[in-house]
Amino acid sequence: MTTHAIGDTTTLLGRSLRHVSRSPDTIITTAVMPIAFLLLFVYVFGGAIDSGSDSYVTYLLPGILLITIASGVSYTAYRLFLDMQGGLFERFHSMPITRSSVLWAHVLTSLVANLVSLVLVVAVATLMGFRSSATPADWLAVLGILVLFTLALTWLAVVAGLSATSVDGASAFSYPLILLPFVSSAFVPTDTMPGPVRWFAEHQPVTSIVDALRNLLTGVPVGPEIWVALAWCVGILAVAYLVARITYRRRIAG
Amino acid sequence: MSAGPGAAPAIQVRGLAKSFKDLDVLRGVDLDVARGSIVALLGSNGAGKTTIVRIIATLLRPDAGTATVAGHDAVTEAGAVREAISLTGQFTAVDEVLTGRENLVLVGRLRHVPDPSATADALLERFSLTDAAGRRVGTYSGGMRRRLDIAMSLVGDPQVIVLDEPTTGLDPQGRNEVWQAVRALAAQGTTVLLTTQYLEEAEALADRIAILHGGQIIVDGTLAELKQLLPPATVEYVEKQPTLEEVFLAVVGEERA
Repeated sequence: MTTHAIGDTTTLLGRSLRHVSRSPDTIITTAVMPIAFLLLFVYVFGGAIDSGSDSYVTYLLPGILLITIASGVSYTAYRLFLDMQGGLFERFHSMPITRSSVLWAHVLTSLVANLVSLVLVVAVATLMGFRSSATPADWLAVLGILVLFTLALTWLAVVAGLSATSVDGASAFSYPLILLPFVSSAFVPTDTMPGPVRWFAEHQPVTSIVDALRNLLTGVPVGPEIWVALAWCVGILAVAYLVARITYRRRIAG
Repeated sequence: MSAGPGAAPAIQVRGLAKSFKDLDVLRGVDLDVARGSIVALLGSNGAGKTTIVRIIATLLRPDAGTATVAGHDAVTEAGAVREAISLTGQFTAVDEVLTGRENLVLVGRLRHVPDPSATADALLERFSLTDAAGRRVGTYSGGMRRRLDIAMSLVGDPQVIVLDEPTTGLDPQGRNEVWQAVRALAAQGTTVLLTTQYLEEAEALADRIAILHGGQIIVDGTLAELKQLLPPATVEYVEKQPTLEEVFLAVVGEERA
């Protein structure tokens, strides 16, 4: 049955990628906000921010990449919600297919769409002067972390999409995710923040992930923060995946 | 297809019960649908027609009782039931972003038919959708959507088709299109269970009619049998006025008839 599972997932992936390619605006809107942040922070606020690094755009990019993912996954919740509302889910579920392939197709679509958005954002950052001394191995590690982070947030989006009662509700969950990088080391070093805020910033997932990505991209030897970053990604992924499975089962059990 | 025609019923429902919180929707439903027949399940809104359909289509578990499709139990052998049955739900389940043809090919792939593309073309032809095949379904009319929806249910030639209120929300023309599609199905020997709240629809299409009321099937029989339940007919002379529907159809002209 595993060959069917892969075949069914591929078929459904093809379907939802076609949705993305027929509304490319979803990729563009995903990339527009992070790019706007990039422009705003580099050219407007950047001069007044002391990041302690030579190039603020290089300092800023890792956080912007996470914001890109956080805004991109909301489309997964949105598409999932529409499928459920339109009755397509019921059709799929009454057919002899592997049920989990319905969710996996949406998750893999999110991965592809977000990677495209990320490439767009990196391209714009490069035009703005982003330079990296990362080796191919470092880039591979960066890609790995971004993929894990995307999967983790996508499974969160699946939970949101499955439990939402309206289209607006389906995508609203991503707002706090987009805001989280602001209270982290993504835009400014955490040492200037007052006590409790600083404590929060230093112990929330975004800071360790941003620091790990930044060190990889700037060729700084990575320390233990990469393990903390990976632990956060894998931990969120595992919890979100489990909750999504439970929500899904409850949802289709009626 | 192991049992021959006329053997076990295509659908057999026994003692089906289902409650939602403290609302008893089904209270011991018994229903048989013979192979190759059209059975209409008639009931008012909220009578529980959709609940029965969802249980038969493996989308919902009953609290008690059994439902078997082509000899397979809907709970313990859900996989085999899904191979045998196809559901056209109350809400049209088509992908609006894809074209009509892509929708059919998608279902063909998921049902693992040998040649999804040829299957799609044959169904487009059969449901007069060939001209619209390359258009996104979002641009289709209600009747066209419903026809595509039913066509999608026929991919892979399932033995049993379940149609849940197939004509609700359609204009008279769309409704006639769907009726023709259902009659064509029956002519091919497919078993059809359809639910409806329109008495005339049951009368026009079904071999047998089951009336669901108060969570149970209170009457089950052919139209002739059902008519016998009423006092004998008396002859009255009434001037036959055309119905508004007949006027509407005459004025608009049924292009697809």
